[in-house]
Amino acid sequence: MDPRLAKAARAVPPELVRELEARARTLRRHVIAMTGRAGSGHPGGSLSAADIVAALYFHVLRLDPARPRWEERDRFVLSKGHAAPVVYAALAERGFFPVQELATLRRLGSRLQGHPDRKSTPGIEMSTGSLGQGLSTACGMALAGRLDGKRWRVYALLGDGEIQEGQVWEAAMAAAHYRLDNLTAFVDWNGFQIDGPIEKVMSPLPIAEKWRAFGWEAVEIDGHDFRQILAAAGYARGVEGRPTVVVARTVKGRGVSFMEGRAEWHGKAPGPAEVEQALRELGGEGR
Amino acid sequence: MGGVGAKALAAAAAAWPVGSKVACRDAYGRALVELGRENPAVVVLDADLSASTKTVEFARAFPERFFNAGIAEQNMMGLAAGLAAAGKVPFASTFAVFASGRAFDQVRMSIAYPGLGVKIVATHGGLTVGEDGASHQALEDLALMRALPGMTVIVPADAVETYQAVWAVAARPGPAYVRVGRSAVPVVFGADYRFEVGRMAVLRQGRDVAIIACGHMVALGLEAAAELARRGVEAMVLNASTIKPLDREAVVAAARATGAVVTAEDHSVVGGLGGAVAEVLGEEWPTPLIRVGVGDRFGESGPPAGLLEAYGMAVRHIVEAAVRVKGRAGGRRAPG
Repeated sequence: MDPRLAKAARAVPPELVRELEARARTLRRHVIAMTGRAGSGHPGGSLSAADIVAALYFHVLRLDPARPRWEERDRFVLSKGHAAPVVYAALAERGFFPVQELATLRRLGSRLQGHPDRKSTPGIEMSTGSLGQGLSTACGMALAGRLDGKRWRVYALLGDGEIQEGQVWEAAMAAAHYRLDNLTAFVDWNGFQIDGPIEKVMSPLPIAEKWRAFGWEAVEIDGHDFRQILAAAGYARGVEGRPTVVVARTVKGRGVSFMEGRAEWHGKAPGPAEVEQALRELGGEGR
Repeated sequence: MGGVGAKALAAAAAAWPVGSKVACRDAYGRALVELGRENPAVVVLDADLSASTKTVEFARAFPERFFNAGIAEQNMMGLAAGLAAAGKVPFASTFAVFASGRAFDQVRMSIAYPGLGVKIVATHGGLTVGEDGASHQALEDLALMRALPGMTVIVPADAVETYQAVWAVAARPGPAYVRVGRSAVPVVFGADYRFEVGRMAVLRQGRDVAIIACGHMVALGLEAAAELARRGVEAMVLNASTIKPLDREAVVAAARATGAVVTAEDHSVVGGLGGAVAEVLGEEWPTPLIRVGVGDRFGESGPPAGLLEAYGMAVRHIVEAAVRVKGRAGGRRAPG
């Protein structure tokens, strides 16, 4: 663990960790059920990001589900838009819309589009899905917040393959240039993209060093350890004069044995038998 | 937000008398500063071309609300989208080639799809960019922007209209693309002109042929109409400054009244004003049409006037097109 996070990580109460673990399990169960029912979607990258998303939506972000566009809310931009299922699950569990609506994912007429749509889904801050664009929009929000002297923060979640997009680095340059310390980016470093391991397809490594070279504060964490996720988010809030990136080492398909570390589950939905097995493995007190 | 006041309009029109030559981007720079004074939510972005696009005027007046994205147009569009999502009224400027082409997916995905109120004001559009050549001549930007759902697309004819268009798009919700050129062009409109999004103004009545033009080609269309009048041909001239939403009724009315249509634009004949008019006529009132503009080809370096001559877009070409299309129309004008 990054020594800068150790003290804060140790201070995270065990009951909070247990609560977030249960939340994450619920989100994962939703992801499996949703993509299974839809017959398409991206379970792998949703499962790898589930713990980060759970920590953000159930502890870090200041939100009001009754007022999705509440002015003082924190903003979350899912730059890796294909992980929409896990964010929809979090929004539903937070009460932005009924949990039953998750069953409509990717259906004709559904508010839950295959990739995030700001116009249709309560709680979705930005339309994404064409990779590499979310960080720029998050920077724009952070600029606006600072212009208005607001205290709300902006969070963005990027994929590790996504950072192959050049625009990400344009945005990284701008965020540092404008000293956006109200912006925190997470990179979900699950190691895989559609065509295979990121190092084989087009290596973006080393990741943290690149962000540091662009002027960001960078911390590396285990993206499945809630103590580290929360410690990193807290650390980022304290950084002044520059944005922070949390490079989170994760496992693609985390929580489902036959999906873990397998590139083919990037964009393939589980069949009925696979759904059954995955839900059995995820078990727990998920609703 | 308050709209532009009558006094400001009159002052702007007085600054640019009819017949004088003014670059539309100068009017943009002036409008931005006045708009910035009126509305604190207005922010401006540029991509290292602020001296050329004239956003530098706003940058001097309101440095804290000006963001230079550097040579990174894709990020600039994303920044603008985020600012709009958080309640700002962003104007984003660069050359038309970069605004429409380089950052097309960003405009589509981060601005048009979420319907965010980013106002893209693109300068240096068209062949008349001149000496910089094909790399810098945006000839397909209107086609690209027109294809995006919800995008308002405006090509002002002169400085007076540009000034008003900037105010109009700021007051209108949703994204907009305003395209102006590099060169100084004749001022067509006086102090009494009122621009309205979606309304095509008839600048000259005529029953023999309709010339529908946009941008600086409007002035050439008026010159062509004067020449045609000397030859006994009465041309109606319309200013199609709003390419989208197109004033379909005005197009059909002009076609019905004259039975022959010429479009004139500093853009490819594919997908821009000519394409839009052809779509309306084809669906609603089939009428002989000749599109004056750049053929299906790239441009090249040269002086603006020389390029217009070489690419068949000078006054005499509009005159020839009008005569030719009128001959093709025969007697198919609507009775009455």
